[in-house]
Amino acid sequence: MAVTTVQEDFAKGLWRENPVFVQLLGLCPALAVTNSAINALAMGAATTFVLVGSSLLIALLRNWIPKQVRITTFIIVIATFVTVADFSLQALAPAVHKELGAFIALIVVNCVILGRQEAFASRNTPLKAVADALGMSLGFSFALLLLGSIREVLGSGALFGVSLFGPTFEPWVIMILPPGGFLTLGLLLAVFAHVKERQLRAQQPAAEPTRRAA
Amino acid sequence: MSGVDTVPLRMLASLGVAGLCSGLAVVGIFLVTKPRIERNRAEALEAAIFRVVDGARSRAAFVVRDDQLVPFEGAAGTLPQEDAVYAGYDESGALLGFAIPAEGSGFQDTIKLLYGVEPSGDHIVGMEVLESRETPGLGDKIMKDADFLASFRDLAVTPPIVAVKGKPTHPNEVDAISGATISSNAVVRILNASNERWLSRVVALAKSSVQRTGSD
Repeated sequence: MAVTTVQEDFAKGLWRENPVFVQLLGLCPALAVTNSAINALAMGAATTFVLVGSSLLIALLRNWIPKQVRITTFIIVIATFVTVADFSLQALAPAVHKELGAFIALIVVNCVILGRQEAFASRNTPLKAVADALGMSLGFSFALLLLGSIREVLGSGALFGVSLFGPTFEPWVIMILPPGGFLTLGLLLAVFAHVKERQLRAQQPAAEPTRRAA
Repeated sequence: MSGVDTVPLRMLASLGVAGLCSGLAVVGIFLVTKPRIERNRAEALEAAIFRVVDGARSRAAFVVRDDQLVPFEGAAGTLPQEDAVYAGYDESGALLGFAIPAEGSGFQDTIKLLYGVEPSGDHIVGMEVLESRETPGLGDKIMKDADFLASFRDLAVTPPIVAVKGKPTHPNEVDAISGATISSNAVVRILNASNERWLSRVVALAKSSVQRTGSD
């Protein structure tokens, strides 16, 4: 494994290895709860709490967890953090909890979280693990917020519940329904792929001119 | 990872300790958040009472004593911890209807709902799901589907309510949500069971106390 700095561990999740747009992980919550910006933000915050907490704990315990039962242990740790998040949200923000419904409990099976434990936290120091988890969480939250904002603006004519276009706006209802999630995500992925390809083209001629000629 | 010389005992011990710590953490957070969650539930129930009994301005709780409904005597503003029904009154203190909490098993977990009935007990006048963990996008439509919820605004309770596919043709039928048939049927089943338990009692209560100022 290449040696990376803490800053690099943090930064890669934001953009270069963004969990949703690049790794295409955690798409179930990314599609399901992003019908409004506030739901997206709440899901992002809950996921951040679970991911950072689990990564820190797994990194601290990494030398004591027998490798044969590591996945089981990861799931126990993740499930515990999810339960804490579930009850806390129920106590502090019942309206948001009711809106997100079963999806809070389903954070347990968000593959971004288990993926980071297996790929990173269980092999790195707590500091690096937390940096990685924070970067991935912020990248995930950013993706959800982007999806949620686009869908809420088009589908409800509002952002964070504040009406933008006045009463004459005819909402594009499909955007807050499940197909709107797929449409928005598909278009965003196309934009990301396009930007990435342009960046690669800009770099490649200098780095490997021969291969491009062939 | 130093797992080369791992023996089954060590695996068992690790999982045992992880499970124990996890259990303690879950119980801990449950106890810490419980009072707050219960207060939120009570507030949600309170608000829902005034929605399912349309036009109500005040309410009073009634609990069962010796197979009869009697006014709940607790501090003002508190809700009974036991099974109870709530009477809704308008400004002049005239009885508008009853809000009845009911629960039963849904597709995934317990569905808790609150519904309103007329003082005569003939019709359901409103229904709201307070809590459920039905499948997101399918079963959870019982909380959100406007047409489904609207079918409980004027629904005859005899003969027992049935959920049908397609447009209801009888006053005791509701249109089951497509994709959420099991959850729709669960709601209907919960309502019928609750009606059997409560309706004769609330009708008797309505007859015995036609006028009463709901003060609490």
